[in-house]
Amino acid sequence: MFSLELFLNALVIGILLGGFYAALSIGLSISFGLLDIVNIAHPAFIILGAFVCFMFNSAFGFDPILVGVAFTPIFFILGNLIYRIYYTSFEKTGATALRGLAFFFGVMFILEVALSMFFGVDYQMVRAPYIDYKLEFGVVDIPFRMFVPFLVALIMTLGLQYFSSKTFFGRAMQAVAQDSFALRLMAIDPAKIKRIAFGISLATCSVAGALFAIIMPIEPSIGRLYIGQVFAIVVLGGLGSQNGTLIAAMLLGLVESIITTFFGPSWAPAVAFSALILVLAFKPTGILGRAGDTRG
Amino acid sequence: MNSTRFYFVVLVLVGVSYLTTVFIDNQYPFFAGFAILQLIIMALAWNILGGYGGYVNFGSAAFFGLGAYGAIVAYQLFGASLPIQILVGGLFSALVGLGTGYLTLRLRGVYFAIATLALLVVAETLIHNWDYVGGAAGAYLLPKRNLDFWGVLIVGKVGGLFGNNKELLFFLMCILALLTIVICRAIEKSKLGRGLAALRDNEEAAESMGVPTLKLKLIATTLSAAIMGVTGGIFPYYMTFIEPTSAFSLDISVNALAMPLIGGTFTWLGPVLGAVILGTLQQIATVTISSEINLLIVGLFLVSFVIFAPEGFLGLIKKYSKRRD
Repeated sequence: MFSLELFLNALVIGILLGGFYAALSIGLSISFGLLDIVNIAHPAFIILGAFVCFMFNSAFGFDPILVGVAFTPIFFILGNLIYRIYYTSFEKTGATALRGLAFFFGVMFILEVALSMFFGVDYQMVRAPYIDYKLEFGVVDIPFRMFVPFLVALIMTLGLQYFSSKTFFGRAMQAVAQDSFALRLMAIDPAKIKRIAFGISLATCSVAGALFAIIMPIEPSIGRLYIGQVFAIVVLGGLGSQNGTLIAAMLLGLVESIITTFFGPSWAPAVAFSALILVLAFKPTGILGRAGDTRG
Repeated sequence: MNSTRFYFVVLVLVGVSYLTTVFIDNQYPFFAGFAILQLIIMALAWNILGGYGGYVNFGSAAFFGLGAYGAIVAYQLFGASLPIQILVGGLFSALVGLGTGYLTLRLRGVYFAIATLALLVVAETLIHNWDYVGGAAGAYLLPKRNLDFWGVLIVGKVGGLFGNNKELLFFLMCILALLTIVICRAIEKSKLGRGLAALRDNEEAAESMGVPTLKLKLIATTLSAAIMGVTGGIFPYYMTFIEPTSAFSLDISVNALAMPLIGGTFTWLGPVLGAVILGTLQQIATVTISSEINLLIVGLFLVSFVIFAPEGFLGLIKKYSKRRD
């Protein structure tokens, strides 16, 4: 049944959810969108970040977001290491992207099993003082459980967008995506830039993991459910466009929230994937995609 | 191996697999054997599109699950018998395979892979919300204890061809696996196989030389989906209970993809080798440690093989024997 009150609440939750989705997919928009590395294990790394937060939160009561931010350097280094392996075994030898894909698929399962061996397969939750509060504006509720992650996600997404469009290194990242051969002619090593960029992409997983753990209970293989969302968002947004990623994330969040409210949560997973299939079939360059993008 | 000898070996294996059901009383070998055979068939089916044609399918579980649910639908509609269930399952998947092919095969490389992953979730969500086949709660399918067919007692404790249903299903899976091997071998030797190999190496070049790429890809996708559907069609009868989360599990997809990549993707021997070695390892690990470790084994093998031995076991063997010469 349709009611304005439900609709308004669905809109608000949708926007908050969209921000959260942007945080989940912004890292992938760098690795998949700019660097052409199909990191299908991206959500699994986010869950790794979530469990790191859970560990410090349950043991010492640290705030999950602080833990997430504090761990970004570690994830950055992890990303560096993984890119080194990826580079020497696939990119350097000119192997197909498909082998790289299979590599990350394997990494995803290794991560999942490792997490479930350490933490068990039960759902776990983090605690923070603000989680149970909510703001009320008339008929519309804004739960802090979603609002705080939304703010952090927005700061991170906009920050990264500023970084990649305004700073020297960010522009170098874009340059790698556009023409890494030209870069090599200018005596710049594309592999080095890609290594750092992939590190940044994984560093976002640490923060996104913290947000994930705040919004919902986590278990080791829950990341699988979000592979669709993140890839749908990155493709929908147009590969490598951080603006597009934010817009696509908001759109997807809104549609999912409205579907959940009016048709039930069991239909929500199909939204992202149906959108993805349709976009891939009919407009593979996405909403804000670069014209003439011939990759893939 | 020439064709006569190949078919002779296949026939001998059919006989051997029947005899095992007659002479082995312990039920565990059939249980483990069924799991390994399922891996072999899924790996071979994946390899038709993924190995020969170079299109990586992450959605194997979708075709498997749709086959299983096709069987359930047939059972719910008119209480279909096992052969009909299997046929309907295969047909159901083949149709979806054809449809997906039309929708997605224009996509190259990674986009195709991601689209098949999307298909998996869409299929699972649809079944999840379809109450007729049990929805999220799942559906039961109770096999008859005695099964006869045109007056011949197929399954029966006394005087049947098979002592019980599990033995019958084990035998069916053996036949199906051998049949799939025959199909794969035929593809390798036919125009279809050469066409697929051409588009795997360079699709543009193949197309400009007059290889009907879209047609070949559609045939490969449909065939691969149909075989996965048939495998899925047997599954509910074997398990007697089925629910969407396990029927559409990503674990099925990773297994179907990992076995050929580990064994070698160029001939049918690769997927079989990969599935037998890893399947056996998995069974041993399940019995001695826990079933959770299965995925870790697959993951570790998959990662190390794509890094160190891109052509799988068969590639390793070839390299080693060349070095000795």
